[in-house]
Amino acid sequence: MTRLPVKKTYKLFIGGAFPRSESGRTYEADGQNVAHASRKDVRDAVKAARAAQPGWAAATAYNRGQVLYRLAEMIEARTSEFAELCTGREEVERSIDRIVWYAGWADKLPQVLGGSNPVAGPYFNFTVPEPTGVVAVLAPDEPPLLGLVTRLMPPLVGGSSVVAVASEAHPIAAVELAEAIATSDVPGGVVNLLTGFRAELGPVLASHMDVNAIDLCGADGQSAELERLSAENVKRVVRGRADAQSPWEISSFLELKTVWHPIGQ
Amino acid sequence: MTEIQRKHDRAPVPKDWTYEPAPESRDVVKLRERYGLFIGGQWIEPSESYETISPSSEEVLAIVGQGTAKDVDTAVAAARAAFENGWSSLPGSERAKYLFRIARILQERSREFAVLESLNGGKPIKESRDVDLPLAAAHFFYYAGWADKLEYAFPNRRPRPVGVAGQIIPWNFPLLMLSWKIAPALACGNTVVLKPAETTPLTALLFCDVLRQAELPPGVVNIVTGDGRTGAALVEHPGVDKIAFTGSTDVGKAIQRQLAGTGKKLTLELGGKAANIVFDDCALDQAVEGIVNGIYFNQGHVCCAGSRLFAQESIYEPLVEKLKKRLETLRVGDPLDKNTDVGAINSRMQLDRIKELVAAGQEEGAEIYQPPCVLPEKGYWFAPTVFTNVAQSYRIAQEEIFGPVLSVLTFRTPEEAVEKANNTPYGLSAGVWTEKGSRILWMANKLRAGVVWANTFNRFDPTSPFGGYKESGFGREGGLHGLEPYLRFEE
Repeated sequence: MTRLPVKKTYKLFIGGAFPRSESGRTYEADGQNVAHASRKDVRDAVKAARAAQPGWAAATAYNRGQVLYRLAEMIEARTSEFAELCTGREEVERSIDRIVWYAGWADKLPQVLGGSNPVAGPYFNFTVPEPTGVVAVLAPDEPPLLGLVTRLMPPLVGGSSVVAVASEAHPIAAVELAEAIATSDVPGGVVNLLTGFRAELGPVLASHMDVNAIDLCGADGQSAELERLSAENVKRVVRGRADAQSPWEISSFLELKTVWHPIGQ
Repeated sequence: MTEIQRKHDRAPVPKDWTYEPAPESRDVVKLRERYGLFIGGQWIEPSESYETISPSSEEVLAIVGQGTAKDVDTAVAAARAAFENGWSSLPGSERAKYLFRIARILQERSREFAVLESLNGGKPIKESRDVDLPLAAAHFFYYAGWADKLEYAFPNRRPRPVGVAGQIIPWNFPLLMLSWKIAPALACGNTVVLKPAETTPLTALLFCDVLRQAELPPGVVNIVTGDGRTGAALVEHPGVDKIAFTGSTDVGKAIQRQLAGTGKKLTLELGGKAANIVFDDCALDQAVEGIVNGIYFNQGHVCCAGSRLFAQESIYEPLVEKLKKRLETLRVGDPLDKNTDVGAINSRMQLDRIKELVAAGQEEGAEIYQPPCVLPEKGYWFAPTVFTNVAQSYRIAQEEIFGPVLSVLTFRTPEEAVEKANNTPYGLSAGVWTEKGSRILWMANKLRAGVVWANTFNRFDPTSPFGGYKESGFGREGGLHGLEPYLRFEE
């Protein structure tokens, strides 16, 4: 007699927990019923992201790098499962390698992006990069795993927290990723993943006054409207690419702080 | 009797001690009666014009052009032509030499510019002479050196100019803001259309003569004067590749909305409500000087002004007492007098705005202090003002006043100071006063602001990136980071 498998309920990932949408809604994608996040879910996710962000930013860069490296380890161990949820093994491997690549940047950014400034006067003056804060990410539809990883890593490695809307057409890989994140020492609330409709959730994120930056990678035809809404609190608007890997991707989600102090006896 | 009173009573100077006038001569400035728009290296007769005045006397200084959408269009076309016909393909080392020339000419003609800046903007001559002009020249000199080194600033990124930059600047540091905008744009190989502030067009127009002397190719820099309508036409123009704006947060948001979906590059340097945080272990007299410099420098017309003073409760009383005493020695009056500390308010509109917020502060229950001073009858003036008994919710603690008005609040612990300081949509600058090094670094780390001055305030330098967090804008001006907004990358 064959055993009947236990099927998974695909839920949201907010504040380190896996709630259903508060709306009780689901939609069908990838042959599964997936949580259909509401505007209230977005607000809850932003609240969780805001609460988690200072602690994530205050972690040492070495620690942040190790935690993100741990995420790569968690995915590597589940490569076969992930391969079935995206375009295949190659996409999973590229995602893992990309996470490792970004993890290594955590403790190198300040030396590449900041430095001391030779001002004309008796002052010590230096510039350091700091996280922008809470970042909204509209992930691209394709590729479902690598696209999301590509847009998640730049804000995370810099110390921002993220509320991401997964690929609308293929959201299952994102839910699987949430499970890997939940077991990788990333503090709860640092990454929040929502499944649902971008046309519904995008404007809520773009107009949210406690979101500091928005990545419009997956915004499609909505970009102009989302940019307009973003102006209300002078959000940093990033038109991210679905497949990019560079330290400048990280700097889009960083602020530069310059500190002055007199030199004297 | 406090120690301060005792010292004061022992002071050897008589209480009615006064200064003789020490006016800087106006003769060094030769103004034309009318100015056109500077487009394609030519003076273009404007179809509309307006009078620009001296805010300290309300005297008309000249008649200047009110640039129309058509004028903006002509200017953008001139900038595009200059970009494509040589400027963008000129070797960086040659572009650099033009910028070095401009820096040198500004140094040579600095007195003329300083006097005109004070005349048209109302700021004390000692500020335009010692701050605005040296910094403006230094900015050109600094960015000149970058023009042929961009590959080293952005390794592996193949930096290229963006194209035509539209630049809109404020009235608080007219020539300095012009240099912050034009120097990096040109160093990166762009051409520009710059709109000076409505009330302070004259140094930008005089700058066109510097361009002539530097033999800058026509169309590389175009100056179109006018009010907000001219700025809006520039923002809307489809031929502009990048907008750089310094000004109010409201206008900045409108520009960001306007540019939505266009793909144009944008940098915004907007308002602020900086916290200046004073701990009880600070060098108190230095802190008082820093507070005064923080809020009364340039009549408080400074986006990064230290307009919220947070005093640790344990030193609140002696600090406020010393501050009030110090205010009595500030000299308010003729901007061209070399002894003047606080000049004229830039415009009637700005004066009305300051008066409105000060009235709101009094209505909401704050206690006002202004030192005794005689304000001139003509022109726009406002006495240095300190508010105590201020709650965080008051408008004077929340809104940018952009005038010589300080709100004093208190705190007990460093955590409380950080929480209160960050409790604002702005995030441009902050100040910290303490002799404890570890606390300075802890505070500098926690404050959400683009510039943190520790045991100093309102320092600027071309090598030092400047710009805001949150609703104070995005992008940096100054330093290597100030190049990036004027480049695209062929990665």
